[in-house]
Amino acid sequence: MNPKTQNKIAIGTLYGVAGLVVLILLALLGYILVSGLPQLSWHFLTAPAKAFLAGGGVGVQLYNSFYLLLLAMLISFPIALGAAIYLYEYARDNWVTTTIRTAIEILSSLPSVVVGLFGFLFFVVKLRLGFSILSGAFALTFFNLPLLTRSIEDSLRTIDLSQREGGLALGLSRWETITRVILPAAVPSILTGVILSAGRVFGEAAALIYTAGQSAPALDFTDWNPFNISSPLNPMRPAETLAVHIWKINSEGIMPDAKAISSGSSAVLVLAILLFNFAARYLGKRLYKRLTSA
Amino acid sequence: MKTTQQLERQLKRHSKAAKLEIWGKVVSFSALLLIVAVVVGIIGFVASKGIATFTSNHVSLWDFLTEKKWNPGITDANGKPEVGALPMIVGSFLITILSAVVATPFAIGTAVFMNEISPNKGAKILQPVTELLVGIPSVVYGFIGLSVVVPATRAIFGGSGFGILSGTCVLFVMILPTVTSMSVDALRSVPRYYREASLALGATQWQTIYKVVLRAATPGLMTAVVFGMARAFGEALAVQMVIGNAALMPGSLVDPAATLTSVLTTGIGNTVMGSLQNNALWSLALVLLLMSLVFNLIIRLIGRKGRLQ
Repeated sequence: MNPKTQNKIAIGTLYGVAGLVVLILLALLGYILVSGLPQLSWHFLTAPAKAFLAGGGVGVQLYNSFYLLLLAMLISFPIALGAAIYLYEYARDNWVTTTIRTAIEILSSLPSVVVGLFGFLFFVVKLRLGFSILSGAFALTFFNLPLLTRSIEDSLRTIDLSQREGGLALGLSRWETITRVILPAAVPSILTGVILSAGRVFGEAAALIYTAGQSAPALDFTDWNPFNISSPLNPMRPAETLAVHIWKINSEGIMPDAKAISSGSSAVLVLAILLFNFAARYLGKRLYKRLTSA
Repeated sequence: MKTTQQLERQLKRHSKAAKLEIWGKVVSFSALLLIVAVVVGIIGFVASKGIATFTSNHVSLWDFLTEKKWNPGITDANGKPEVGALPMIVGSFLITILSAVVATPFAIGTAVFMNEISPNKGAKILQPVTELLVGIPSVVYGFIGLSVVVPATRAIFGGSGFGILSGTCVLFVMILPTVTSMSVDALRSVPRYYREASLALGATQWQTIYKVVLRAATPGLMTAVVFGMARAFGEALAVQMVIGNAALMPGSLVDPAATLTSVLTTGIGNTVMGSLQNNALWSLALVLLLMSLVFNLIIRLIGRKGRLQ
């Protein structure tokens, strides 16, 4: 065959493949939104779930998702930040560093169900935390740490070497250079990374079903004393999140409108992740302009 | 009057900045150590629970890997518990390999399109869509599989619709964005002058893509595919929702089957800690963990080979 005809056929095929993939992906997105958006209402987003009757909402699950996300981020961010700083700014290129990097890579490639099982074994059973928000937050932390560490390290990498040299030349110690010069300059891209990883944590379910539990006791949103069992702030109560809720009602739910609720919840999850993505882009740009006066 | 000793002490004392420096170094290093401790802890705990089946329940490793009957609560005619994990292992591998085989041509084709043929359209339409889809939670994929793919399989092939085929479809769509975006990165790292040199020699665009760009990017593309396979292998809920959860050797692609992850998610809450049923499940988790280490190793080996070339 003539190479020119071959070229035309091949390029045509690639157009076809790419078109098909776009079609599949858009159909997927479209299906989630078209079947889910009509279910959304103020009632659906705020009302508690009903176990046997139609017409329940996902209010408690939605709140649990955000609360768990917040706690997991509060625990994992400082650890990831410290680890990334050491890895990029201090660590020498030797076998210890290589081993540590391997360990982090292994953690990031572990299936989330294994992380969840470890959380179950260690926090729920050994430390007797029970199915609780705290156990869930720790499991999510493990899931999140390698991703967050890598993204913060990448952020540090984007800061020019001359900034470090400048700080050191002014007589600052390395730590002072990091905290006063490097970190402020890296804030926008660190923030972008944090928000993107928040999106992943928000939708995680496999790590949570045996740590944060699969039940969502009713909450009393007027009681903000963290020691009361019905208080939204109590970290020791079991907390089913939105993602777990979708799994739960589809595998063993008995409510008549399980499908409608799952569609609605899926749409909420996808919208939340869209929102996280846009927020990451927008805030990153805004902050960058602000902090660098560019 | 200061004695020389006082003076010496004053001079040798760490300054405030130096103390801060040490403090910072120690704090950031302990954060790093904590992560390593977590990794060691996870592997240690899961391994110690996982081998209990073989050490304290005296199940032979060979039986575990090759027997086809999974029923840890029941003992067979010889008085041995039925803990044959082969159906789940086969299920996991089958679903992983099938979804990777289906997804690879689509992913690489799309990546080539995005990077070589129409970078404009790629950046405008495909990039944002793939990036968004990488982030979609796996339960959402599972739910769509349950409400679209399973009924479709049922209508076409009969039976319940649950099975390896439905699982493959769900995983195919799930790993497609991941493999695509990693393949794009691999293609992007091929230097521009490779393409220029090839085109200057009179090669057509397809010849350039096929004979130069794809060859140069092979290690990166393989990493992308293995990464997708690792994700497919470890995926729990999306698969569990559509596979049918029957721990039997899959007779055909549309029979209900099970994977390591699906048995784990459904089983671990219904068994008593320390019992054989429970230990057997932890052994499955150990297999899962070891496989993810193997995938990790393969990615490393590919990376090293890529660097040597």
